[in-house]
Amino acid sequence: MTTTAGSAERLPPALRTEALEQLLTERGLIDPKAMNGLITTYETNIGPLNGAKVVARAWTDPEYRRRLLDDGTAAIKELGFGGFQGEHIVVVGNTATTHHVVVCTLCSCYPWPVLGLPPSWYKDPAYRARVVKEPRAVLSEMGLELADDVRITVHDSTSEVRWLVLPEQPPGTEHLTEEELVPLVTRDAMVGVAKVAAP
Amino acid sequence: MDGVADMGGAPGWGSVHPPRQDEPVFSEPWEGRAFALAILSNRASGGNLDSFRHALERLDRAHYIDDGYYGRWLNAGELRLLDSAVLAAGAVDARARNLRGEHVEEPPVPEPAKPDYAPTAEGTLRCLDTAPAFVVGERVRARDMSPAGHTRLPRYVRGRVGVVDVIQPAGVLPDSNAHFLGENPQYVYSVRFDSHDLWGADAEPFELTVDMFESYLETPS
Repeated sequence: MTTTAGSAERLPPALRTEALEQLLTERGLIDPKAMNGLITTYETNIGPLNGAKVVARAWTDPEYRRRLLDDGTAAIKELGFGGFQGEHIVVVGNTATTHHVVVCTLCSCYPWPVLGLPPSWYKDPAYRARVVKEPRAVLSEMGLELADDVRITVHDSTSEVRWLVLPEQPPGTEHLTEEELVPLVTRDAMVGVAKVAAP
Repeated sequence: MDGVADMGGAPGWGSVHPPRQDEPVFSEPWEGRAFALAILSNRASGGNLDSFRHALERLDRAHYIDDGYYGRWLNAGELRLLDSAVLAAGAVDARARNLRGEHVEEPPVPEPAKPDYAPTAEGTLRCLDTAPAFVVGERVRARDMSPAGHTRLPRYVRGRVGVVDVIQPAGVLPDSNAHFLGENPQYVYSVRFDSHDLWGADAEPFELTVDMFESYLETPS
């Protein structure tokens, strides 16, 4: 029996992944070691902990905060983060009356060097479709209620500009050290769909 | 290109899902392998970031939505390999069937026809020795265009007037680079729109910025 690509039955992506990996490996077109390296990098080395370090530094060092909001790419590079999907990072700061939230309506662009690969809600069609049209309703569904006087700005990341939200430091944490603040900072707060809670 | 990938403002997607704090990077092992394969197979096919995004943009609804995020990456990677004739049509399907015990004849390996493409520098940022055409604070209109090929101009801002908020560094123009027709680097502008200008008088009050390449913009009459 000969089967063509247009056959009616769609095979599951897990099986097609295995098939493609085998075909390319046999021909020497990919190196399984390089594949494993990429997977490990994004599973363990590059993730929201990087961004949390940036935020905690900004909360404890006013000069760093100024540099971060002025030239995010350079300030983030000071902490050793940059590269693919983070060539040009712009940081916007949330305040009591200003709230920033980030989306990519065309795909799921995301600042990988500081946040890792995007979470499922960020890639979800409902988020991509709706947050540019009714952000207050979307944030409410995600568990973030904003006061009526808070001005919302949505950033649609359609080019290679990558946006990072500098969340507000929770009240009562002013005495904490940078190291103590890092674990409080969540990925969701750095995209703008949550606030950082005090411990 | 107007496809399912351009989702801004599209109706019918239902409720958003609240974040899960314990969500793994890859929910199943194949997702991590599909992620890495997509990146590496795009390279193997002689592609670039923009041609990969254009492959995503060309997927039909089933290949884009039903297979999930990493499924769509896998499908776009395979499409790039087909474009460059690194793989024959049906090769992945046939191998997958053989993997599950069927006996399927696999198509012969074709003669690859990779694009003749070499970036002028690393990454996507480029330096221009010309000045930006628009200044901060200037009113600009997103062109009302619907190109057949790749574009990063979302449908929901086409024809709408906003104000230049930030002039970002120049970058490779995806519309030409995706088709290997040159980098054509241009300034990128973060343009600020009022929600009511996008969605009408009854819209929630908020502002929105969209990053747009210079050729996407014109002076409103």
